[in-house]
Amino acid sequence: MASFTERAVGRSVARKDGIGKATGKAVYADDLVFPEMLYGRTIRSTIPRGRVRAIRRTFDADGFTVVDFRDIPGKNVIALIEDDQPCLVEQEVRHIGEPIVLLAHADRERLLAAEVDIEYERDIPLLDPAASDVAFKRILIQKGDVDANLARAERVIEGTYRTGAQEHVYIEPNGVVAVPEEGGLAVYGSIQCPFYVHKALVTLLGEAVRHVRVVQTETGGGFGGKEEFPSCIAAHAALLALKSRRPVKIIYDRSEDMLATTKRHPSVVRHRTGVMGDGRLVAMDIDVLMDGGAYVTLSPVVLSRGAIHAAGPYRCDHTRIVGRAVMTNTPPNGAFRGFGAPQTQFAMEVHMDRIAEALGIDPVHLREINALRPGDTTATGQTLGSDCSALETLHRAMTASRYAEKRAAREAGRRGVGVSLFYHGSGFTGGGELRLASRAAVELTERGVRVLTSSTEIGQGTRTMHAQIVADALGVPYESVEVAQPDTSRVPDSGPTVASRTCMVVGGILQRAATEMRQRIGDVSPADYFREHGSLRIEAEYEQPEWIHWDDETYRGDAYATYGWGCNVAEVEVDPVTFEVRPVRITAVVDVGKAIHPALATGQIEGGTAQAVGFALLEHVVMRDGAMANGQLTNYVIPTTLDTPPIDVVLVENPYAGGPFGAKGLGELPIDGPAPAVVNAIRSLGIDVREIPALPEVLLRQSARASAVDVGADRKPTTAARR
Amino acid sequence: MQFTLNGREVDVAAHPMRRLLDVLREDCELTGTKEGCGEGECGACTVLVDGQAVVSCLVPFAQVDGRDVRTIEGADAQALQRAFMDHVGAQCGICTPGMIMAAMSLGPDPTRRQMQEALAGNLCRCTGYEAIYRAIAAAKRANRRTPLGVESVV
Amino acid sequence: MRSAVSTLELRRPRSIREALTMLRDDGPLVPLAGATDLYVALNFGTLSASRFLDLWPLEPLRRIEMRGDVLSLGALVTYTSLTRSRLVRQRLPMLVDAARVVGGIQIQNRGTIGGNIANGSPAGDTLPVFAAADAVVVVRSAGFERRIAFVDFYSGYRATVLRPDELIVAVEVPPLQGDQWFRKVGTRAAQAISKVVIAAVRGESPRVALGSVGPVVVRARRAERALAAGQGIEAAVAALQAEIAPVDDVRSTAEYRRAVAGNLLRQCWARAAGAPNPDA
Repeated sequence: MASFTERAVGRSVARKDGIGKATGKAVYADDLVFPEMLYGRTIRSTIPRGRVRAIRRTFDADGFTVVDFRDIPGKNVIALIEDDQPCLVEQEVRHIGEPIVLLAHADRERLLAAEVDIEYERDIPLLDPAASDVAFKRILIQKGDVDANLARAERVIEGTYRTGAQEHVYIEPNGVVAVPEEGGLAVYGSIQCPFYVHKALVTLLGEAVRHVRVVQTETGGGFGGKEEFPSCIAAHAALLALKSRRPVKIIYDRSEDMLATTKRHPSVVRHRTGVMGDGRLVAMDIDVLMDGGAYVTLSPVVLSRGAIHAAGPYRCDHTRIVGRAVMTNTPPNGAFRGFGAPQTQFAMEVHMDRIAEALGIDPVHLREINALRPGDTTATGQTLGSDCSALETLHRAMTASRYAEKRAAREAGRRGVGVSLFYHGSGFTGGGELRLASRAAVELTERGVRVLTSSTEIGQGTRTMHAQIVADALGVPYESVEVAQPDTSRVPDSGPTVASRTCMVVGGILQRAATEMRQRIGDVSPADYFREHGSLRIEAEYEQPEWIHWDDETYRGDAYATYGWGCNVAEVEVDPVTFEVRPVRITAVVDVGKAIHPALATGQIEGGTAQAVGFALLEHVVMRDGAMANGQLTNYVIPTTLDTPPIDVVLVENPYAGGPFGAKGLGELPIDGPAPAVVNAIRSLGIDVREIPALPEVLLRQSARASAVDVGADRKPTTAARR
Repeated sequence: MQFTLNGREVDVAAHPMRRLLDVLREDCELTGTKEGCGEGECGACTVLVDGQAVVSCLVPFAQVDGRDVRTIEGADAQALQRAFMDHVGAQCGICTPGMIMAAMSLGPDPTRRQMQEALAGNLCRCTGYEAIYRAIAAAKRANRRTPLGVESVV
Repeated sequence: MRSAVSTLELRRPRSIREALTMLRDDGPLVPLAGATDLYVALNFGTLSASRFLDLWPLEPLRRIEMRGDVLSLGALVTYTSLTRSRLVRQRLPMLVDAARVVGGIQIQNRGTIGGNIANGSPAGDTLPVFAAADAVVVVRSAGFERRIAFVDFYSGYRATVLRPDELIVAVEVPPLQGDQWFRKVGTRAAQAISKVVIAAVRGESPRVALGSVGPVVVRARRAERALAAGQGIEAAVAALQAEIAPVDDVRSTAEYRRAVAGNLLRQCWARAAGAPNPDA
């Protein structure tokens, strides 16, 4: 085995899950069938705020299992950060779609036909976050003397920027099956974080269930949408299974998923920036407001990441960031790829272009002047190491996209070009990783070695990338490494599959476990060692680098172990007849530290970019009276093939010494930059847009040329029809 | 009701108004065909009926009477499937069977535009479609040799 | 899937004659073809009917042919067959343009023009084409056939003059003089529902029709008169904007629809007079 030298890391090896997915054999939650299985249904509130007065069911109860809050053996909460969200409404209703009663039946038609009438006492809902006086979390980040430096600045530029809610639109809706089993209960489902669900179920079920097991089935996309929400649907299925003593499957249809599950937090960000005539930023005063919805869920940490990233990848000695996440009577907003950072960096990056305009400086040059360099400090006072790549990604993006040429050409036509510079902290914020104390293990098998983590494969390539890291650390062929299905009874708690931590943090723990195993087994091959000595399992725990210091009270210190860096250049065309924006091409230059699997890394960037194009241009959650009014894929539209421009990806590898083989976090970074780059490209054509989605209706409103039409002799009528 | 399913004559007793999707997944136990929306928007349930791509969530079972139905389990799509593996055309995989079924209609050496039009009815939220185009282009390369293993070609 | 399928009934005629007999003797029955609209309602649990008539196997309804100088399109002609038909490409290229932007390939393979007309959504992509083309809807009942001018076919929002025993069997399109033009402005580049859709014929007697700007497809007669009288495009745009009645909904705003409807007319009329239509 010592002679095995072929490396897996850095090569685009075959995905572990490729065959199952390409042949349709991969098993997702809705593909599971158990004997005697019932189907579950959730009866939800139809008012945004009030109290339940009476519940009447008018159907024949034969064969039905009916559950309400009184059936909960433990605590009636969805345990997460705060225990404020009930699993089932007792009296108070805080949002439309809040679960009140659960039904299960073997016959889906009877289940759907069952009518439950709920009588409410209505209150006036609070729907405007700016008017909300209930803050789930407030954050203050202070560096230097902002007021004095705003006063001495040569110019002060102000602006307010808004981002809308965004729906994840994983193509597989939320779904689980709860199955009573010997000694307890198993829940199988489409889940990002099995141990989150486990914790929620243990709290909910209390002493009534001795043993709870959560198993991740193949998961058809997550993007944060299956981070905290699955605890709710799993809780519902578990209660029904417990009462009926039969397996219960709950699969949401698209409408229920859109109505009831989380969205990206809408935001309003205000900037007041002091600048000198030469372009230096001397003071930044930033106010961040996020709409948390009805319950706390993850809002404090979303706000935290949003606030920390709000000053962008720029050096500024005097910075104040004030953030608050507030309650409104809408379904809770939650985790979504980027986790607050896409919102605040949208504001920062559009604001930068407005500063450039005000000073008459090229927007790229303005970024060059102010971009963070190694040795600079961030808003929280973190000193950046040599793997800070803001300038490098900026420069490489200019070359790769031929920015200067395109910027000069834009005057001639209606094709605009815009840029954004951004960064994203890898892993949990501040002391979060230390508190998680994540564990991961490797164990020998007859054929080689098995990876044991609770990190889930949700499309991003967890299994493949973890196997590559272990193969190389152990010095064995990639093919001899298998990856266990996450099952909380069999794998250690590696923390949640979120926060761009699965490669850098969990991969790092695995690298250590595999390295230790290599030392233990020496020159013997894993299979031979197994035959001779039997099984061997090595588990390792996260170790925080000693230099990391963070103060949760003052928000000072090393917010993240490291950052990924990126620069986008977007080219767009604005149709003067319809105000539609067509993205023409997006260049993404991204420092990933080390691309463990270049094709997977590229896929993360391309996919995140496309999702950001939707966020920027198409995806509009229409809220009416506290509920999503366009909760169908027909009316909430995500980019199709024809809406997604060619995406040019350039991988930069500026390694982080603390990551496995130098890898940094990657999953979220690509979604931070495209929206402001697209909006800045629109701005380069003279249309002042400060909100997303930048719908044609918004451009019409903002366009001084609302009635003047440049018909363009080049436009052939039938190509117009096809677009 | 008699029809041809993945090349075999079958006789399935089901209500004529049931969705073809449900009959395939539940009665025929072919769960490779996925449901993403039930609105005909996402294309995850795409199958071929008489060689034409349709969304099986919008097809009454009665309408496949006597016809030829192909799902991912019986599709003659090995080159495409292999290329999706090699080029990471599948991430979460839920759109993949439908995507492959829709891509079967493309001829050799399709242009980007042809691929975009053929797949405009199939939503993917993971890839940004680029890797899917790479996979299809590789599979449909006119002079493609016999596919080899699934090892990396990227 | 929210509908109770077991409560539904599907009648399966083997001929048009049998279908008409079923409609007369065994109604009410809702005709069902490609099911691309009906089954969305089935999935959402919003079906208003429970008894259906399956037209899909009736091959004679798929014909595309010339009858004298009139182009006749069977009710079951799908969007895919429209785009593949040389006859349609020659005679009615704006219909081909419309068919190409109805949903994805899967929907184009199943959706039919008869269904688009019968469904009567004000956003129906082909409806402005038929309105601008002065098309005639051929409807048949057991023993009787009548021809209804397309512009008279709708009596209100999703309401038609069709009687319960009648079936749409074809659409007839007379010869058109002038350049045809179609453009759909949707919520995205493909697989979209329209915010504004326009079909126009620019010739001696200009014709303009729009969808998604009122409860039914609108034939813009006043704008046409302004154009025919040589009053200039701005007068026509003003007339057009006065005769449409767009609303705010989840897809767009009345303000946007009104402004863009005007811009579309300007764009269409600004083309060089007599410019060849590449698809003609």
